[in-house]
Amino acid sequence: MADFETPQTHEFPVIPTVMEGAMAHSSPFVASAEFQSEMGFPGDGGLIEGWKDRFLDLLDDKLGKYRSLQVFMDTCVKCGACTDKCHYFLGTSDPKNMPVARQDLLRKVYRRYHTFAGKYFPKLVGAIDLTEDVVNDMYSYYHQCSECRRCAVFCPFGIDTAEVTMAARDILAQVGLGQKYSNQIIPKVHKIGNNLGLPEKALADTLEGLEEDVEDDTGVKVRFPLDEKGADILLVTPSADFFAEPHVDGLMGYGKVFHAAGVSWTLSSKASEAANFGLFIGSYEQMRQVSLRIRDAAKELGVKRIVFGECGHAWRVAYNHLNTLAGPWDFLDQSYPIPQHILEFTKDCLDRGILNIDKSQNDDMTLTFHDSCNIARASRIGAEPGSQFTTPREVIKAVCNNFYDMSADTIHDATFCCGGGGGLLTDDLMELRVKGALPRMESLKNVIADKGVTHMAAICAICKSQFTKVLPYYGMTMDQIVSVHQLVGNAIILDGQGDDADESDDADEAA
Amino acid sequence: MAAIEVNGKSYEVDEEGYLSDLNQWDKDVAEAMANAEDCKLTDEHWDIINFLREYYEEYQIAPAVRVLTKAVGKKLGKDKGNSKYLYELFPYGPGKQACKYAGLPKPTGCV
Repeated sequence: MADFETPQTHEFPVIPTVMEGAMAHSSPFVASAEFQSEMGFPGDGGLIEGWKDRFLDLLDDKLGKYRSLQVFMDTCVKCGACTDKCHYFLGTSDPKNMPVARQDLLRKVYRRYHTFAGKYFPKLVGAIDLTEDVVNDMYSYYHQCSECRRCAVFCPFGIDTAEVTMAARDILAQVGLGQKYSNQIIPKVHKIGNNLGLPEKALADTLEGLEEDVEDDTGVKVRFPLDEKGADILLVTPSADFFAEPHVDGLMGYGKVFHAAGVSWTLSSKASEAANFGLFIGSYEQMRQVSLRIRDAAKELGVKRIVFGECGHAWRVAYNHLNTLAGPWDFLDQSYPIPQHILEFTKDCLDRGILNIDKSQNDDMTLTFHDSCNIARASRIGAEPGSQFTTPREVIKAVCNNFYDMSADTIHDATFCCGGGGGLLTDDLMELRVKGALPRMESLKNVIADKGVTHMAAICAICKSQFTKVLPYYGMTMDQIVSVHQLVGNAIILDGQGDDADESDDADEAA
Repeated sequence: MAAIEVNGKSYEVDEEGYLSDLNQWDKDVAEAMANAEDCKLTDEHWDIINFLREYYEEYQIAPAVRVLTKAVGKKLGKDKGNSKYLYELFPYGPGKQACKYAGLPKPTGCV
């Protein structure tokens, strides 16, 4: 499939012997002028003239604007706690993928230009000049970080490499080194409404197809409304839910839950995307612009509530920042969480007993659950601390008879990234994605061996696409990854469902 | 911009080998792209490629996996209306590999 070796999995995690420069060749396509200019960034696939001064000005600006960045640059004591915590280090053996080394790419430059010791005695404090080689190294290794924040959980000071990566990527984009994948996608959200570039007509056609499919399957007409004014709930979901498998099975699950709960809801063609790649590229302004689309759609449609579908980083942005970015939300019904996660909605329905569930519909599977990094380490799904871990598991257990967790050091806030998050879900980084998936693949294989697990459920579009692609590299099959609401959808028995089937059974018996 | 040459005609492609200009597409370039990836285009492949092009013409986007499998199932029989069949034809994924041969832009985002 490709000219690299898939790493070996083991019964117990192995910390690899370092191999310097093992991933120095890994670097995503640099955005050409076409994609840079749409984002307001300069350059055409390379550094701009006068990039060095601009870089240092931008760093200066960020240090002033974000107190966290200043603290992270100053604080590290090289204790080593983070060194074996990054999935990209564990999968690639490249020491520059140790979180401390990743931070140091920027920290060394920071020291050279912003600290007394670095200005006068650079060699004593590991400060280095900003050169083209240094910048190219940054472009490579800041695109070998999925901004998953696992390292931050283990850092005694709480240094968040994700924030360093975001700052670095934003500076790089503004000196000409923007990443093609993200910079090609974000303008599509502004122009068309979603990352895919799925226009309204195609979206309407796709949703109509889903209505037919659910009806064929259950005999019940479940609606997937689009741009319906006056609906109570606006569902904002990743556009992959319209397009890819197993994502779309999750979308059909949301539709069934809404139908069974008897609420009125709608999708919006304007806000047909939950994802917010502004986070990945470290651009506050892009995060804001993308979020404002949701506000506009909610106002235009006159909804009372906003519910987010299964998308990891979207929920991180929504849960933490939606009010700052696009609030105030005083025009929504204040008696519900703003915004609410679809799992919280479903769990509430399950708790109130308003869904008719037949768990045996999922008896052909034994499940485990992959905590998505942005949900696990940056949000809750419910009011209680830790609800981001308990809510998905309680929902799965309410609709499935067979569930086992993976080993404790790979779940909850210690979860491993799927290997494709943070703007790295692109084919030009396939080697990195396959290698970075190692720790998760290892724990999955172990729970398969120990407990007979057959499928892994996820609540993030990136995780689902990434696993679909990398599972075969590790000897598993692409259909072993499922959406949590796919399981919910399988188990729900809708009012009127099976009536026809019963009749034909009766007819058979009579005959 | 990179380009591929087929029978003396030059086709502009992006870094990943997708056609820059949909209008430049013809059967020769589709065959050449497939040959370069050790894929021999059969009538079954062409059924998919033609459907992708028709769908794109109407909707300005490649069809969702489910839309594609359903259309294939209707046209070629239920046993072929699933992603397994499509992956057999296009091992790197119908969404990406087949779109490339059909001259369509690569689907972007979390897919």
